[in-house]
Amino acid sequence: MSRRSPGTPPSVQPLGRSRWLTVHGVMTYLFLYLPIVILVIFSFNVSRYVGVWRGFTLQWYRALFANEAIGAALRNSLIVAAASAFIATVLGTMVAIGLERYRFRLRAFVDALLYLPIIIPDIAMAVMLLLFFVLSRISLGLWTIIIAHVAFNISYVALVVRARLAYFDVSLEEAAQDLYADEWQTFRRVTLPLLMPGIIGGALLAFTLSLDDFVITFFVAGPGATTLPLRVYSMIKLGVTPEINALSALMLVISIVLVLASTLLAERRVG
Amino acid sequence: MAFHLRRDTARLLALISPSLTWLVVFFLLPLLIVFAISFGQRGPYGGIRWDLTLANYARLLDPLYLRIFARTLAISLATTGISLLIGYPMAFFIATRPRRWRNGLLILLTIPFWTNFLVRTYAWLLILRDNGLINLFWTGAVHTTIQQLAAWFPLPWWDELLRATAEPLRLFGTDGAVILGLVYGWLPDMVLPCYAAVERLDPRLVEAAQDLYANRVRAFWRVVFPLTRSGIIVGSILVFVPCVGAYVTPDLLGGARTMMIGNVIYSQFMMVRDYPFGSALSFVLMALMLMGTMIYFRLGAEEERRLA
Repeated sequence: MSRRSPGTPPSVQPLGRSRWLTVHGVMTYLFLYLPIVILVIFSFNVSRYVGVWRGFTLQWYRALFANEAIGAALRNSLIVAAASAFIATVLGTMVAIGLERYRFRLRAFVDALLYLPIIIPDIAMAVMLLLFFVLSRISLGLWTIIIAHVAFNISYVALVVRARLAYFDVSLEEAAQDLYADEWQTFRRVTLPLLMPGIIGGALLAFTLSLDDFVITFFVAGPGATTLPLRVYSMIKLGVTPEINALSALMLVISIVLVLASTLLAERRVG
Repeated sequence: MAFHLRRDTARLLALISPSLTWLVVFFLLPLLIVFAISFGQRGPYGGIRWDLTLANYARLLDPLYLRIFARTLAISLATTGISLLIGYPMAFFIATRPRRWRNGLLILLTIPFWTNFLVRTYAWLLILRDNGLINLFWTGAVHTTIQQLAAWFPLPWWDELLRATAEPLRLFGTDGAVILGLVYGWLPDMVLPCYAAVERLDPRLVEAAQDLYANRVRAFWRVVFPLTRSGIIVGSILVFVPCVGAYVTPDLLGGARTMMIGNVIYSQFMMVRDYPFGSALSFVLMALMLMGTMIYFRLGAEEERRLA
C-alpha cells in the first residue's frame, strides 16, 4: 500500500508515482519523437539510405529549393489554405453567433449539419464531393479544392468560436448599451474584440487543416492543381529521393514552430 | 440577455444562411447523391445507370469484401486496444507530475499530432521498409556481430541466426506495420480524454478505499477504473472511428494484403470506376461511423448526468 509522505500534494495514488510509470512515460515520448528526429537527422545525410551515415550535406535542401514543381505546389497549398480559411472563418463565425444567440426551429438541424463534416471519415467526404462535382459537370481544379475545404472548415471554426461564446460575459454588452452604444457599436467595440481570440484560433485551425489535408484534396483536385501534400504523396509513392526527407523535415519543423508559437500566444492572452 | 433572444428573423437569416447554403449544397446534397447512386449500377464506360437495386449492398456480402470489413474492424480494434494500453498509463504519468509540468507535457504530446499525417507516416516507412533503419541494423551490425561470435565460439545455433540476419525482416507491408502507424497517428486522441478523466479524479476517494483496507489492485478496479471509464470510452471512440476510415496508413505502410475499407473505396472510384459500388461501400462506412458517434454522444450525456 502506498502512503504519501506529509507535504506532498494529494495525487492519484494507486498507479502512484511508481518508477514503472516514469519509464512508461519516457518510452512513450521517445516513441512519439524518435521517428521525427530520425527523419530530420537523415535529411542531412550524404547517402541516399537512412541508417548509413556518410556525412553532412545540405544538397537535398538545395535540390528542394531548386525544384519548381514543389514551389508551385506550395503556392497552390497557400492559396487554398488562405482562401478556404478566410471564407470558413467569416461563415463559421456568423453561424456560431446565430446558433448561440438565437433560439429557432431549425436550430437542431443546423447543429447536426455542422457536426457531420467533423464526424464523417475523410474518404467518405472525398467520395461524396467527387461524385457531386462530376455529376454537376464542375471541372476539377483549385476551386473545387477550396469549396471542399470550406465545407469541412466551417464546422471547425464554428466549434471554436462557439466555445468562446459559451463563456461570454453578456453583462459587458449590456454595459455598452447602458452607455448609449447602438447595436452595431456594441458589436464592433465589445463583442467582436472579445470574440477575437476564438476567431483567430478558428482561422489558424482552418488554415492548418487545409494545409494538411490529403485525402479530400486527392479526390477533388484537378490536373495541375497539385498541393503540397499531393506532391509529397507522389514523391513517397514514386520512390527514394532524399529530397522528400528534406521536404518532410522542413514541414515538420515549420508546423512545430507554428504550434509552439500559437500555444505561447494563447497562454499569454490568458495570463 | 433578453435583448439577444429577440426573434430578429432577418438578422438570424443573414447570420446562418451563408453557412447553411454552403453545407446544404456542398455537403448534404453530395451525401444524398452518394446514397442515391448506391442503388444504381455501373453503366458501360464507367457511367452510372440509375436503377433501383440492392445489388451493390448484396455484393458487400461477398466473402472477399466481408474479409476486408473484418480485417478493417480487427485492425481498428487492435489499434484501439494498444492505444489504450499505452495511453491510459500515460494519462496517469502526466497527471502525477508536478502541476507546472503538466501543460508542457500535454503540448509535447500533441506536437507530433499537428505535423502532416503523410510526413509522420513516411517517417515510419523509413524505419520499417526492407532497406530501412531497422533492417540496415539487422542485416548489418547484428549480422556481423553474429559472424564474429560464430568465429570465436563455434556453436550449432549460429548458422540459423546467420541465415535469419542475412535477409531483411518483413516489417513493411504487414498488418503490424499498419497498426503501428495508426497507433502512432492517433495516440494523443486516447491520452487526452483519459487525462481529463484522471485529472478530475478526487484523490480522497482513493485514500478512502485504502483506509478501508483495499489493496492497490482492488482500489484501482473498484474506484479508479469506474471513475475514469468515461475517458476510456471517449478515447477509444476517438481512436477507433478514424481507424475504420483510414486510407493513408494502410496505403503507405501496408501492402496489397492489408487492404482496408478505405483502400477498396479508393480503388472503386479511381481505378475500377464502379461509382455505385464505391458509393455503397462509403455509405456502409459512414453508417458504422455514425453508430460509433451516437454511442459516444449517448454515453457522454449519461456520464454528465451521473457526475451532475
